[in-house]
Amino acid sequence: MRATVLVRPKTGIRDPQGEAIRGSLAGLGYPVSEVSAGKIFDLEVDTDDAAEAERVARETAGRVLANELIEGFEVVVG
Amino acid sequence: MITFLGSLDDRDAQRAVEVVGGEAVPLWHGEADLKGVDAVLLPGGFSYGDHLRCGALARFTPIMAAVADFAAQGGPVLGICNGFQILCEAGLLPGVLTPNHTRRFICRDVDLVVQAASPWLGDRPVGASITVPIKHGDGAWYHPDAGLAELEANGQILLRYAEEVNGATDRIACVTNAAGNVCGLMPHPEHAVDPLLGSIDGRLLVRRLAAA
Repeated sequence: MRATVLVRPKTGIRDPQGEAIRGSLAGLGYPVSEVSAGKIFDLEVDTDDAAEAERVARETAGRVLANELIEGFEVVVG
Repeated sequence: MITFLGSLDDRDAQRAVEVVGGEAVPLWHGEADLKGVDAVLLPGGFSYGDHLRCGALARFTPIMAAVADFAAQGGPVLGICNGFQILCEAGLLPGVLTPNHTRRFICRDVDLVVQAASPWLGDRPVGASITVPIKHGDGAWYHPDAGLAELEANGQILLRYAEEVNGATDRIACVTNAAGNVCGLMPHPEHAVDPLLGSIDGRLLVRRLAAA
């Protein structure tokens, strides 16, 4: 079963990647004042149980995929 | 002296230990065996290609479990650059390393100011300045405001950059754990041990390992 983990920089944490992209978008003339760059992890969890897929995704997100000092995450199953 | 997949300063670190009179024992990330060493050094580099976050994957290698046990027993552990990143990700040191706010890789000598007396800094008094090179793209140490004053009060903040360099919280360059036996920094003391290359201030930190 597919579980997707979305990792975003926490509010207030400097995001040099997002700043660089925002600068380029502004240079192209787009009306974009803020860009925050995160990460997406698509996990194929070896189960047919949505609750188990979510449990595995949450555990890997908290332990490995995100560092909660600087990042927040959400999990989408299915 | 641990070699991870992607370590690149392990040979320099080995030589630095020998310059200050120690014997460097090569250790391999895939073995949970410290071979009876008296001190552990995690060198700089780009373990696991810096994928995910710097140090985030190396922290799960077999040897890191042995390093955690060694640190818990009070053994001296020094992490330099990528080694510092690994120790932070492993939770053996406070904070985390994030991309330089300058968005550039920085490679140059920096002046560091001693913030607290520590065996890691020999007899250098608070306020003294030392010169050690940095070379990193993800060297901005970050720690939330909560708990920062406690680190300072505990004497866990050993060195600050003399001037703004990479965006680190409060210009902090070097921290220890609460017990003081685990130390990490982004600057490279192992590159500052030979007069031929300028400063020899790096010997201070490496000497603690050799003396163990």
